[in-house]
Parts: sequence; C-alpha cells; structure tokens
Amino acid sequence: MIALLLRDLRLAVRAGGGFGLGLAFFLIVVVLVPLGVGPQTELLSRIAPGILWVASLLAALLSLDRIFALDFEDGSLGLLATSPLPLEGAALAKALAHWITTGLPLTLAAPALGFLLSLAPEAYKYLLLSLLLGTPALSMIGTFGAALTVGLRRGGLLLSLLVLPLYVPTLIFGAEAVRRGADGLDPTGALILLGMITAGSFAVLPFVTAATLRINLR
Amino acid sequence: MLRVSNVTCARGGIPVLSDISFDVHAGQALILRGPNGIGKTTLLRTLAGLQPALAGEVDHPADEVAYASHADGIKTALSVTENLSFWADVYGQPVPDDIWDTFDLADLRERIAGTLSAGQKRRLGLARLGVIGRKVLFLDEPTVSLDGFSVRLFADWLQDKHLASGGVAVIATHIDLGITAPELDLTPFKSAPEAGGATDEAFL
Repeated sequence: MIALLLRDLRLAVRAGGGFGLGLAFFLIVVVLVPLGVGPQTELLSRIAPGILWVASLLAALLSLDRIFALDFEDGSLGLLATSPLPLEGAALAKALAHWITTGLPLTLAAPALGFLLSLAPEAYKYLLLSLLLGTPALSMIGTFGAALTVGLRRGGLLLSLLVLPLYVPTLIFGAEAVRRGADGLDPTGALILLGMITAGSFAVLPFVTAATLRINLR
Repeated sequence: MLRVSNVTCARGGIPVLSDISFDVHAGQALILRGPNGIGKTTLLRTLAGLQPALAGEVDHPADEVAYASHADGIKTALSVTENLSFWADVYGQPVPDDIWDTFDLADLRERIAGTLSAGQKRRLGLARLGVIGRKVLFLDEPTVSLDGFSVRLFADWLQDKHLASGGVAVIATHIDLGITAPELDLTPFKSAPEAGGATDEAFL
C-alpha cells in the first residue's frame, strides 16, 4: 500500500502528473470572486466561507478522473487487481495520494486566500480546521466516483455529476463551521459532523470502491 | 499444480468457451492456441481471477498467481528501475540483480520508461514477472512487438528460471516460443452460439 502511495505521489510531481493543478485552479477561482463582486468588503467577508468551500470542492473535482483512468489505460489496474495488494488497500492508497496532492495544499493555501476575501479574523483557525477535516472526505468520495466511471470514454463529466451531489453534506457542514466561527458562535457541532462524514467515508468507501472496480474490470 | 475443470467463461455476458479442462503440473507450461476472438484473453482473465467463471472450477495454490496482459502496466513518467521496484514492493520481493541482464535491460536502467521503444517496454513488462516471484503465470501474448533475440531471452528465462524452479505457465501465443510444452487448441471448446448464459444485462 505504501509502495502504491509513493508511486502515485511520485507520478503526481513528474511531468504531466497534474500536481498543483487543483491548487492553481483554487487560487484562480478565489481571486476571480472579488473581481466579480467588486470592492464591497462587508459582502465579501460574509460570503467568504462559502466561496472558499465551493472553490475547494471544484478544485478537488478537477483531478478525480485521473485517479483510476490512467492506471486502467496502461493496464496496471488489472495487474494491481491480481497482485497481493487488496483492492481495498489500493483504493485507500489512491484516495490518500489524491488528498496529499490536492486537499492538503488547498488547506494550507486557504488562509492566505481568506485574507483576500477579507474573512473575519476569528474564522481563520476554523477555516483551516474544517478544511483539514473535510477535504479527506472529498478525496475518498471522489475515488469512489472515479471507480464508478473507470473504463468509460470521457467519463469526466459523468464523474462530476455523480460526485458533486455526494459532496453536499461536506460542503454544508464545512462552510457552516467557518461561518459560525466568523460570527463568533460555537462551531463545534458542525466540525464534529464534518469529522463524522470523513471517518464514515473512510470506513465504508474503500470496500465499495474495490467492489466497483472488480465489476468494472470484468 | 494448476487444475482447470469444466470451466465455461464469458465475455460481456455471452459464453465464449465451454467445458475446458486441463492439468498443468509443476515445471510445465501450456500453450493456448486458437484464432483471434476465440477467447484466449477471456480464458486467461478468468483463470487469473479477474472475472468469474460461468461454470466449473479453477484450482491453484493461493497467492501464487500472476497475470500479464496485452498492456504492460508501465508508468511512462517513471524510470525503468522505479517501475520494476514498484512491482517488487507490491509483491514484497527484492529486485534480483540478474534481472537486468536476463531481459537485456542493463543499459536502460535509468531511462524514463516513456522514452523506450515498444519492444523495450515489452521487455520491461516481462521483467516484472521475474521480480514478483509468483509460481503460476498467465501470459497473454507475451511476445508481441519483441524481436527474435528478445523472444529467445524470454523463452530462456521461462525455461531455465521459471519452469526449472517448479513454476507453471499458461501462455496464449501465435508464434513458436521454442520451448517444449504441450499445446491446447481452443477451437473445439467454442460455445454454441445459442447457448444463453447467466447474464445481468437484461436490467440495463
């Protein structure tokens, strides 16, 4: 499993690996919002939590179709399926690799962009915390979606349609935690629910993903 | 070591080969013959466990099976060494030192796999079989795009290393590998066209 994780990370930083694409997309979307809304600091700081969370959802979505499609095309997915590494482990390694190359950089860059959207100062730590808790779920749910569409030509659009509705709970509780933090309220409830979504998806989805892959590989 | 009894395998829900039975003993290879589309790949995928058999049983020692498809599973952004050591890690094996000479890869070790020729990639894909240390190999046209010299290299490895150490191989190929092995022509096992198999496509 660690071998697969390291290989995927290495592939991501090599030429054409797409590392940083999600991060760059996130930066651009968030920078575009103040330009579109105009210099209304009060409005911006009100919508900042939602914008930051929606942007990270879209950025995570961007690289999902690569998770299994490349391995499927060059045949390594079939070889992995017959290897001693269980497909459940492979799914987990793939999701972790996706999170490290997409979710983690997003989380670390988000506070700087919160400044751009004049996010309330009290909300920064909750922004960081909610993204840290929530983005792993985005990667795991996305890995499941990628397994569903593996082998389909141009499956990327279908993947977005399948995965985005599944992202809704993460978005609601993530943005809610930041908003409550900004308003000086207690965001603990939203953070706990966010953590539950992540824990739940990591507990269940590797098995579902592996079963889906087995069917798609037939 | 490998026992296949009355296996029927299907592609896309339609049975292609029925009632195949054979035994392969340790140190033996079996060569599958048959025209294009007869179901050699389907049979090999079924034997390797990538798809379920419609009927029949496949017996082989657990955790000893490896499959090599048409595609080599090579990552073009990684070097030759990185590609091989990845598979060695997945199977928990060390990379043997003589593998580079066995498959004539010694000069290519640091090359990025994307810059290799088709035949060189194929040699790298076959070298994977040498590092994973599995006893039961299912090989789907292993010699595609190899030149005569490389085919010899591969046949020598198969004969002297793999089979000599008690391994087993089932190989689908159209050419003469130059190894002594019984052949199985799949044409007589072709499923009758009207034989309807269990299919779940009706609900789609």
